[in-house]
Amino acid sequence: MRTPVVLSLVGIAFLGLPLLAPAYYVTLMLPFMAYGVVLLGLNLLFGYTGLVSFGHALFIGIGAYTGAVLTTHLGVRHMELILPAAALAAAVVAAPVGALCVRYVKIYFGMLTLAFGMVFYTFLLKFYKLTGGDEGMRMLRPDLLGSEWTTFSKTAYLIGPYYYFSLAVLVVATLLMWRIVRSPFGLCLKTIRDNPLKAESLGVSVPRYRWYAFMISAVYAAVGGALLATPTGNVDPTLAYWTHSGNIVFMVLLGGFSSFFGPLLGAFVFIFLQDTVMSVFPYWRLIFGAVLAFIVIFAPGGLMGLFARRRRPVEVSRA
Amino acid sequence: MILEARDIRKLYGAYVALDGVSLSIREGEFVSIIGPNGAGKSTLINVLTGVLQPSAGSVRFKGKDIGGIGTVALTRLGMARSFQLVQVFAELTVLETLQAAVISRLGRGARLFASLAGDRQVQAEALEIASLFGLSDKAHALARELPQGDKKLLDVASAFALRPEIILLDEPTSGVSTADKHAIMEILVGAAKRIGLRAIIQVEHDMDIVFGYSDRIIALHQGKVLADATPAQIQADARVVDMVVGRRRH
Repeated sequence: MRTPVVLSLVGIAFLGLPLLAPAYYVTLMLPFMAYGVVLLGLNLLFGYTGLVSFGHALFIGIGAYTGAVLTTHLGVRHMELILPAAALAAAVVAAPVGALCVRYVKIYFGMLTLAFGMVFYTFLLKFYKLTGGDEGMRMLRPDLLGSEWTTFSKTAYLIGPYYYFSLAVLVVATLLMWRIVRSPFGLCLKTIRDNPLKAESLGVSVPRYRWYAFMISAVYAAVGGALLATPTGNVDPTLAYWTHSGNIVFMVLLGGFSSFFGPLLGAFVFIFLQDTVMSVFPYWRLIFGAVLAFIVIFAPGGLMGLFARRRRPVEVSRA
Repeated sequence: MILEARDIRKLYGAYVALDGVSLSIREGEFVSIIGPNGAGKSTLINVLTGVLQPSAGSVRFKGKDIGGIGTVALTRLGMARSFQLVQVFAELTVLETLQAAVISRLGRGARLFASLAGDRQVQAEALEIASLFGLSDKAHALARELPQGDKKLLDVASAFALRPEIILLDEPTSGVSTADKHAIMEILVGAAKRIGLRAIIQVEHDMDIVFGYSDRIIALHQGKVLADATPAQIQADARVVDMVVGRRRH
């Protein structure tokens, strides 16, 4: 009963935020919502299937560059077209990459995904004429719901229509993922996470289901990447760089990968913590490194794990 | 004949794990495979369940060659197995574990947006198996929280939830207290009758269990079939008793 109440309050807060909060903090919510979509997908792979990808920035990059190419070079400005195009582009790349990667597990899977991410990063960096090299490419302001919103300044557009559009995408992505993890498919992924040998003995084709999860997570990452590109108005190779992949894994760990909403909380805390720490201390990665070490050692369940422990002080027998 | 192996050889480099093993399993049989450590029992189970490709010879299940076809394909053909070391899904409940098996059998695993909780057939079948194995009251307990005996039961129960035609049990009572062994076997045999299992093959070291439940015993020694006979005939065979059983039974 507590979860629906909390979600309702969070929903009301999100809807009212642009009306109440300073524009600066509203714009900070945009990357949160974009990363929220990315992390929902990443956690299907990480928390539900047991595969840690260190190369998912590859798909964020694909989503962001798809948006940039469509708006800048192809004249496609409708966000309702850009998001499916980003998803499709990611699926096309993820199909062969995933088919290869899911044959391996643990560090080998992580290193393979990292390698593919770096291949794409290098492609973006070196194929200047196609990608704009290290300068990247402009992402023009996309149309939303058929309107160009020309009467809105950039800030008004971002904290108004774009904010609510991003929120709607996040809500839809969350509802779909909620359904997926509670479906027969979601249960099969959990069996693979817990015990692949046993899962196989029950007739669950482990490589096939891992590939499905990889594909879905790539699509989510690309949609999030496309959302991420608009506020900055520019895309560049750092979107696909391995440190970016590291950041999103960090967000999942921060929030807690064993909880459905943990990664969303992780993205929220990461964005606002980064903003706060960067404003007072230039070496923000130093602080984040310490936070990561603390989480791994003292709170492996992440922030959601801490809340859960606090809420359930006495272990109740489930029998 | 449900399952038939002919002249199986399995080599690991120069080491001969199985050397010309032939056996056949008929409708309604409970067959035990016994033998000392290193006799080739586990290798034989892995060959029979399609995990290992035999170096020579053939394995036929319902008339189809199944050598090395893999666990998933074999499961779909109607063969299930449980493991010597307990294999459970630590973070799943008893009910979820059984649901996973039922989903797999019904071919519903790729349903992305279907509600698991709303699938009445999956729920009912999982609960039925939980009931058969005496796990109903622990349906919502996490597998990792179960006592060892219940983990073993859950491991076997999940294989039964596939409603296979034949099941191979690798030491179904290993790691279980002596007091619980017969209880597990009674549950297992009762459940087999209830779901209409056509045959059971078990690898077992506990001779009380072997002689108490088997219709036929296959004794392996150094990768070869030493004897393939009824429990009474095995007991009467001094050579098998000395080499495999270890003591005379009365």
